[in-house]
Amino acid sequence: MKSDVFAQPISQTLVTRLRQVLEPRRVHTDAADIDLYKRDASNIEGRAGVVCFPVTTTEVQDVIRICAEFNQPFVARGSGTGLAGGATPLDGAVVISTAKMNRLLSVDPINRTAWIEPGMLNLDLTREVAHWGLHFAPDPSSQQSCTIGGNVANNSGGPHCLADGVTSSHILACEIVLSDGSLVILGGEEPEPVGLDLRGAFIGSEGMFGITTKICVRLMQNYSAVKTMLMDFTSVQAGAETVSAIIAAGMVPAALEMMDQLCLKAVEAYIHAGLPTDAAAALLVEVSGLPHAVNEETDRISEIGRAHGARTIRVAQDEAERALLWKGRKTAFGAIARIKPNYYLHDTVVPRRKLNEVLQEVYRIAQRHDLLVLNVFHAGDGNLHPLLVFDKREPGVMERVHAAGEEIVRVSVAAGGVLSGEHGIGLEKRDFMPLMFGPHDLQAQSAMRIAFDPLGIANPFKVLPSPSSCGDAHNIGEDMWV
Amino acid sequence: MGLDLSPFADVVGSATSGPVWIAGQQSRVTAPTSIRQVTAPSGIYDLQSDEMTVVCGAGTSIDELQDALRAVGQYVNLSRSNSGSGTVGGALATGRSDIYRLGRGAIRDTLLQARYVNHDGQVVSAGGPTVKNVSGFDLCRLLVGSVGQLGFLGEVILRTRPIPQSSRWFMINEARPETVEAILRRVYRPASVLWDGRKVWFCIEGNSRDCDKTIQQLCDLEEPSEVAGPPELGNFPFRQSVPPTELAGLVQGHLHQGTVQLLVEAGVGIIHRQTPAEPKATDKTIELLHQRMLQQFNPTGRLNPGVSLTAGSTV
Repeated sequence: MKSDVFAQPISQTLVTRLRQVLEPRRVHTDAADIDLYKRDASNIEGRAGVVCFPVTTTEVQDVIRICAEFNQPFVARGSGTGLAGGATPLDGAVVISTAKMNRLLSVDPINRTAWIEPGMLNLDLTREVAHWGLHFAPDPSSQQSCTIGGNVANNSGGPHCLADGVTSSHILACEIVLSDGSLVILGGEEPEPVGLDLRGAFIGSEGMFGITTKICVRLMQNYSAVKTMLMDFTSVQAGAETVSAIIAAGMVPAALEMMDQLCLKAVEAYIHAGLPTDAAAALLVEVSGLPHAVNEETDRISEIGRAHGARTIRVAQDEAERALLWKGRKTAFGAIARIKPNYYLHDTVVPRRKLNEVLQEVYRIAQRHDLLVLNVFHAGDGNLHPLLVFDKREPGVMERVHAAGEEIVRVSVAAGGVLSGEHGIGLEKRDFMPLMFGPHDLQAQSAMRIAFDPLGIANPFKVLPSPSSCGDAHNIGEDMWV
Repeated sequence: MGLDLSPFADVVGSATSGPVWIAGQQSRVTAPTSIRQVTAPSGIYDLQSDEMTVVCGAGTSIDELQDALRAVGQYVNLSRSNSGSGTVGGALATGRSDIYRLGRGAIRDTLLQARYVNHDGQVVSAGGPTVKNVSGFDLCRLLVGSVGQLGFLGEVILRTRPIPQSSRWFMINEARPETVEAILRRVYRPASVLWDGRKVWFCIEGNSRDCDKTIQQLCDLEEPSEVAGPPELGNFPFRQSVPPTELAGLVQGHLHQGTVQLLVEAGVGIIHRQTPAEPKATDKTIELLHQRMLQQFNPTGRLNPGVSLTAGSTV
């Protein structure tokens, strides 16, 4: 078995071969063109050698076969909205964009499944099936621009995954191209395909097991009733304890999000939604389902909030008000531009009962490093998103951002949490994996990788730390945080 | 850290210790007498209702676990076997979801973290302790349904869920395919829909008043009657997995043959049968991926030898 393979300089022969299997205009080598693909939405830059835009499964197979023949690594890419450097090409790897493979292929509204191509945007899928009263449950904040293929690669979540689960629970099958160009369907429309759950193993593999070319998704029925409420607290602790109390009372709201004071202020200045800017924290809680259950749970959650010191409980009176509250949550990252021009978004998960303890530590870390931190996150599943805001032009600020980020990750894991709840590991957290996993654990994950990609050319040097990858700084941009 | 699994690892032994079989209550799979047997640790070590997680030994009986969870108003999406409680490890290793899969999801979504003993007697950790986690590859998904071939589960962290306020079963006597389709279309997230070609049973979970209203809204169908529970599954010891779109045709085909020997999970695709179905051929690339996976995780084949992952068992 081979180890992960380093990219070689792109040869004209390789480009010629690629242009024999794809229309030449869909093989980009111009420096200005391929520079756009040197990174995803993270701060981590690499270098693309050539960028290909296949439009069929056969074309993806052809491109990958050529990569295998030339022993050249390839990186799958959807919209490039990933935040961990998972789609950052290293050393001139071949970028295979599935963005043009974006069709809805079929829908079964009775059994609530659909076959789609990987480049379909998350929100487009939900829009396309809305007239059947269906939707795709995972809803990352980037759902207007992220692709389902990217969701599969990262096992993406989103605010509404609290009740319905993350991407893996909503994917029935993936047609994938392995690193030798062979094609296989993992999982299936049938519920118990023979053998191991290779589908489940593939989801969240960050492009290191192959490239998906068709996806069968499970769709969910739309709810008939929904209530969205905002409750605010004079302490973060009271908000965090309310989260635990709601879950302990046997309720799993559709969404349970928290914003701290700095975030509330930034968002209010941006959208003027009447948010309580003098509160230490606010919870955005959404309950959906059938009317009696929704009304009953709204009442019980309100009672729990009041018992934990909620100052006000605002229940959206109509769809416009509900949309406004959600706009506040979903535009938080845009709102911070009013404070500082740059931000670094983190992603860790901690046990719910540790939310307050870890948040207080996050504030202390930011203070020690003279940084501003906003918190807006999926409180219901303990998924923190500390947002460090800064001005990149300040001398030495990046070092402080990286140091603070590392401390946040360490504190989260030490509290019994995990490295990432929905962004993935990619390059960003690759070398933190030993915080969670011992050598035998990492060896087992490496074994999965080898079984899927014995050639070592599918998005190499991501996720798993290794002596070779850790020591090689050849591909690490100056902003890279490792 | 969790339970000390080193005694369990010692018993499993290293790569040179010869074949070994993990045995639970043998309610799902009978252990061969010719192979040395080991049992996984049992016991509930940590139950956090506000985290919706429970930590337990893989040898814990499912009945014991559900009893403990019931006391805090929760349950775990693992079901008893047809012939008894069975163990947590057995349910996960076989990976068969129960008849509530339509509403409650698949069993594979239940396992958050596993600590298992590998082929060489080393303790390996997979997944993470929180309900949300994408740190590294999803080895837990691979372990569920692996029949002990990749490692022997020692300790697991499972996701729990609140017990629904009510869980009510209804039955319609003369149910054509259109009736089943209507239930799937019009009932909000039914927990289960079972059909034998003539009768349909369906389960609605949640608020009881919502349930009453749902039943009223089905009044254009033959009136559903509330029943104590689902039909007895004991008469259907075999199972077959097909795309749910094929169910109606398969059931009607059997009806035309004059013998009803099926109970199907509509919307899911599981057929409970009185007789085994023909095993399906496995795709060659799937077979190759299994071979590679076993080469990595169980290179000497000492863990649960003789079990074929891709033989298409219908039990």
